Amino acid sequence: MSWLEVDGVDVFYGRIQALHQLSFVVEEGEIVSLLGNNGAGKSTTLNLVSRIVPASAGRVVWQGDDMARTAAHDLVARGLVQVPEGRRIFSTMTVEENLMLGGYRVRDKKAISQRVDQVYDLMPRLRERRSQEGGTLSGGEQQMLAIGRALIAAPKLLLLDEPSMGLAPLMVKQVMDIIRTVNQRGTTILVVEQNAKAALRIADRAYVLDNGAVTLSGPASQLAGDPRVVEAYLGG
Amino acid sequence: MTQIILNGLFVGSFYALIALGYSMVYGIIKLLNFAHGDIFMFGAYIGMTCLTVIPGIGSLGIGAIAIVLLISALLTGATGVLIETLAYRPLRSAPRLSVLITAVGMSFLLEYGVRQIWGPDPQPWPQAGRLTEAANWPAGLQWGAQRIDILGGSLTGAQLVLMALAVVLMAVLALYIGKTREGRAMRAIALDKRAATLMGINVNATISRVFFIGSALAGVAGVMHGAYYSSITFLMGFLLGLKAFTAAVIGGIGNLYGAMLGGLTLGLLEAFGTAWFGGEWKDVFAFVFLIAFLTLRPTGILGERVVERM
Ligand SMILES: Nc1ncnc2c1ncn2[C@@H]1O[C@H](COP(=O)(O)OP(=O)(O)OP(=O)(O)O)[C@@H](O)[C@H]1O
Ligand SMILES: [Mg+2]
Repeated sequence: MSWLEVDGVDVFYGRIQALHQLSFVVEEGEIVSLLGNNGAGKSTTLNLVSRIVPASAGRVVWQGDDMARTAAHDLVARGLVQVPEGRRIFSTMTVEENLMLGGYRVRDKKAISQRVDQVYDLMPRLRERRSQEGGTLSGGEQQMLAIGRALIAAPKLLLLDEPSMGLAPLMVKQVMDIIRTVNQRGTTILVVEQNAKAALRIADRAYVLDNGAVTLSGPASQLAGDPRVVEAYLGG
Repeated sequence: MTQIILNGLFVGSFYALIALGYSMVYGIIKLLNFAHGDIFMFGAYIGMTCLTVIPGIGSLGIGAIAIVLLISALLTGATGVLIETLAYRPLRSAPRLSVLITAVGMSFLLEYGVRQIWGPDPQPWPQAGRLTEAANWPAGLQWGAQRIDILGGSLTGAQLVLMALAVVLMAVLALYIGKTREGRAMRAIALDKRAATLMGINVNATISRVFFIGSALAGVAGVMHGAYYSSITFLMGFLLGLKAFTAAVIGGIGNLYGAMLGGLTLGLLEAFGTAWFGGEWKDVFAFVFLIAFLTLRPTGILGERVVERM
């Protein structure tokens, strides 16, 4: 049994169907990437797993448990944490307060401050800006903060929604390196990207999503060489 | 002059308490809770009833007010939570106007519910719980009814105690919102509910908590009001609700320090207005300032300092 199993899921927004019989799995320790263009259903998929949007058919199974009855806010305590599209930093709160909020469900204060220190070690820019308001950070720094904030909850599976969005190439590389480091330290990762090149470089496996359904899947190295992927997502 | 300021600060301290609840609720769910003033009124009626029905409470002096404050705060807090859960929560994603109209409905429900139970006539506040008369105050507690000189003016001991209480409540609240885990969660929800949920915050439970705190503060203010003016009516929440709204706007709605500052400012303005132009103009001032602020400085005195905003 896989760690995360999404099995035959349909999701509707009113009459619009965003996911069609979507199925994929994530194994412990992996970096899995979900690729797709605008409107392919990438964010919907992560929000499905995070219980923000409901499935009208199919199941989401996490560590053997069907999540259908779990409230969205209880997923953090189960080790499922999402870094949302657009970062959604608490803009008028300080960097440190944002990180503290990541630890909202962590009862052990010592563990929180230890993890805050680890995040600062991983992303020293955040330490320098610890008492600055989140909204004043650059896009790349905000992405780091969003990832750091999620890490305070010590996720087992980290869901990342387009971490490279709006970032300059150098910053994309930095963020991807951070994601890889987080994975090497034991966190499983499901990362959604339009930037197929960056995502395929760090991923073990990938799924290509089109119009709410998986059209291709396989090891990242293999997809990176697949002519259909090259043509559609890697700019020919 | 000093006396006017002291009176203004006393009245202002409970305007501030009511404005705080108004502002907290607005901050977290962007709802102008028109029923908030009526929660205040309900708190006064609960207080009055407790002073009448609890045996022996008349001999406790300021202790009586303490007991009544506590009961009233708990019951109004629970009422606020109930209203939020039953009336506002189902409309969380409805258009704002629907919620606003529902709030007006809740306001009427409280007003006419209270009228149904206690009748339409103004109710005298029981002697035992008044701040201005010495009736029945036991030995050792007479100071509560005695006037204490302050820089040429005076307030009764009990008034001072209640003002101090208001200050302590506001300070504790500011610490709670600014420094604790739950306070941070409230501010997070005010900024972004989705992101707050992703942090593991139970948004509904936290909003309930805000309604409890805000409504309990209004209940405290209701008891203070009854004890000071010695008479309460089922419609008094309407005017006080508007004044609290004014205070919140003066300070910058959604901003906690603004609500406190706005409440005190409004109390002072009214006290001076009354002294200079006569009591019949008192309420006019509040609304002149409301209109002035809404047109000239809609962000309030503290303006867009959103750090404390919640
Ligand atoms: N809240 C919503 N209400 C209605 N339709 C929605 C909503 N959210 C998404 N959709 C629709 O569902 C489909 C999938 O959207 P989704 O946001 O999951 O795509 P995406 O792959 O994340 O796109 P992008 O790369 O632009 O972020 C789109 O057709 C979109 O219009
Ligand atoms: Mg998206």
